[in-house]
Amino acid sequence: MKLLNLIRIALRALQRNKLRAFLTMLGIIIGVAAVIAMVAIGQGSKQSIQDQLSSMGSNMITIRPNSNQTVGGGARLDASSLQSLTLDDIKAIQKQATYITAVSPAVQSRGQVINGALNWPTTIQGVSPQYLTIRNWPLKDGIAFTQDHVNTADKVCLIGQTVVENIFGAGEDPVGKIIRFNKIPFKVIGVLSEKGENAFGQDQDDIVIAPYTTVQKRILAIPYIQNIYASAVNESSSALATAEVTDILRASHKLKATDDDDFLVRTQAELISTFSSTSELLTVLLAAIAGISLVVGGIGIMNIMYVSVTERTKEIGLRMSIGARGVDILFQFLIEAILISITGGIIGVVLGITASRLVTLFLSWPTLVSRSSIMLSFMVCAITGVFFGYYPAQKASRLDPIDALRYE
Amino acid sequence: MANKIVSIRDLKREFRMGVETVRALKGVSFDVEPGEFVTIMGSSGSGKTTMLNILGCLDKPSEGTYLLDGVDVGKLSRNELAVLRNHKIGFVFQSYNLLARTSALENVELPLLYNSAVSSKQRHERAVKALQAVKLGDRIDHLPNQLSGGQQQRVAIARALVNEPVMILADEATGNLDTRTSYEIMALLQELNQQQGKTIVFVTHEPDIAAFSSRTITLRDGEVIKDSQNQQVRSAREMLASLPVAADY
Repeated sequence: MKLLNLIRIALRALQRNKLRAFLTMLGIIIGVAAVIAMVAIGQGSKQSIQDQLSSMGSNMITIRPNSNQTVGGGARLDASSLQSLTLDDIKAIQKQATYITAVSPAVQSRGQVINGALNWPTTIQGVSPQYLTIRNWPLKDGIAFTQDHVNTADKVCLIGQTVVENIFGAGEDPVGKIIRFNKIPFKVIGVLSEKGENAFGQDQDDIVIAPYTTVQKRILAIPYIQNIYASAVNESSSALATAEVTDILRASHKLKATDDDDFLVRTQAELISTFSSTSELLTVLLAAIAGISLVVGGIGIMNIMYVSVTERTKEIGLRMSIGARGVDILFQFLIEAILISITGGIIGVVLGITASRLVTLFLSWPTLVSRSSIMLSFMVCAITGVFFGYYPAQKASRLDPIDALRYE
Repeated sequence: MANKIVSIRDLKREFRMGVETVRALKGVSFDVEPGEFVTIMGSSGSGKTTMLNILGCLDKPSEGTYLLDGVDVGKLSRNELAVLRNHKIGFVFQSYNLLARTSALENVELPLLYNSAVSSKQRHERAVKALQAVKLGDRIDHLPNQLSGGQQQRVAIARALVNEPVMILADEATGNLDTRTSYEIMALLQELNQQQGKTIVFVTHEPDIAAFSSRTITLRDGEVIKDSQNQQVRSAREMLASLPVAADY
């Protein structure tokens, strides 16, 4: 018996019952489309959360001084008054670290920023040019300062949106203007793009950024640095980067093996893993619901195939009387089931992708159609076809031709 | 003498119905020669249907032998029986048993789909030829519900002819048809028998139909009570011509 003939027989049988074949397919179509669309929504929201976190500088590592010593009667010193981090630490990290792509010192001070008659209390952050890379913070206007500005302690600055709104009038271009911070004049050379609030509700745009040398010498008059910001190669290597930085700083600070660290290294990995696991759970939940509908679709196939076997008993009897063997009947019904489920699967995949696109288009939810979800749901529905099609097909193949022919 | 188409010797068939054993056939013997047109007669309960099932290789004898074209049917498996039916027997049923919503051509092609030796080109040619043989060459694309009862039965006969069987086995093939159409079908079968030498075994309970055959075997209570050559074979063609014109509406 040629397989081609069996496929032809099955196709003709399906053609004779187009509506029923379509209704059976509908279960599979909806199941597959639901799996793909749901997983796409889940994956999309996970991706967008990760993107958001990355835009905050998710691979950012913060190093702060930490008290490991006591003075006088055993009181520990406040971190901000510690002077354990120096520019030598920066140089050591730059030279030795392999998991760090950028590093910047940071010193900061609060004060009043003034432009003409308008003034606003804000923070000035003294950093190196790499800081903007570490924070993943593009400029909206103007240019960033360079290493030259740092070397000469130039009085240039970049200002955040909140500062712009408070000390500049509407329509006024801040770039090129001279503002004063605590009476020291700074030239505005760039405006930072808007970043909004951080995870703790602080306004990240309420800031003035200047070369760290300028802030050290002209505002704070200190030789040490207060913080170090660095960025790991990627999120997953932030733990390795942390360990590496710790080793480098311990060596740089000449700490003995028994000494505690005199600094703290912090990453945002915990925050990311919390968000990621939440959206992971969402994806699994959605996929589970959709998977159930796929199984229901499969049961639909089995149901229809059973009804079909009963309804077509006489046809089966006839086929047997003109020479169809049991195995021919088995394959006919099995191929019918597989054709239904595979055709349904293909339509379902197309529908699922379309639905994901529409969700993005009309609800502007992010979606991400993954190849694995397409492969998986397609495989599941092919297996469903075989699995749920087999028993009805076997029932058909075992009919006695005499009884089947007489069946009314 | 040429090879016998059917050779049955002391054939018995028993059925178990709970604790009782029903003996449907109690030792039947007869032969069918090539080119014969045999009717098997009998009232209900005579074992006629059981005889038909065994002749059609749908059922196997409990005892005795049945040789179909020299093949011992009793020794074959279920699958071998199916292949034997496909190659050697053409069935014509009372209720036509055409596949609904399927063209006459595809209905006739059906037996050949189960024969892998036939290519799809041959299949088409042979089906068209079989339909032409039953004078339906102009209706090959018609669906069963677009055909009259007589035409449907002719499609069924074409389906029985298409695999070039050694025997056409008809089961009350005129039972659902009016007198005129019955005669038409019988005329067609007579033609196939007389002109093309087809061997036909026709199971019926109507003596009227038996008159068209060359030989009649009568069964009663599972035994052959009469097996006679028909001295005066009636011509269905002539009977058709003699029918009053008024009946032709």
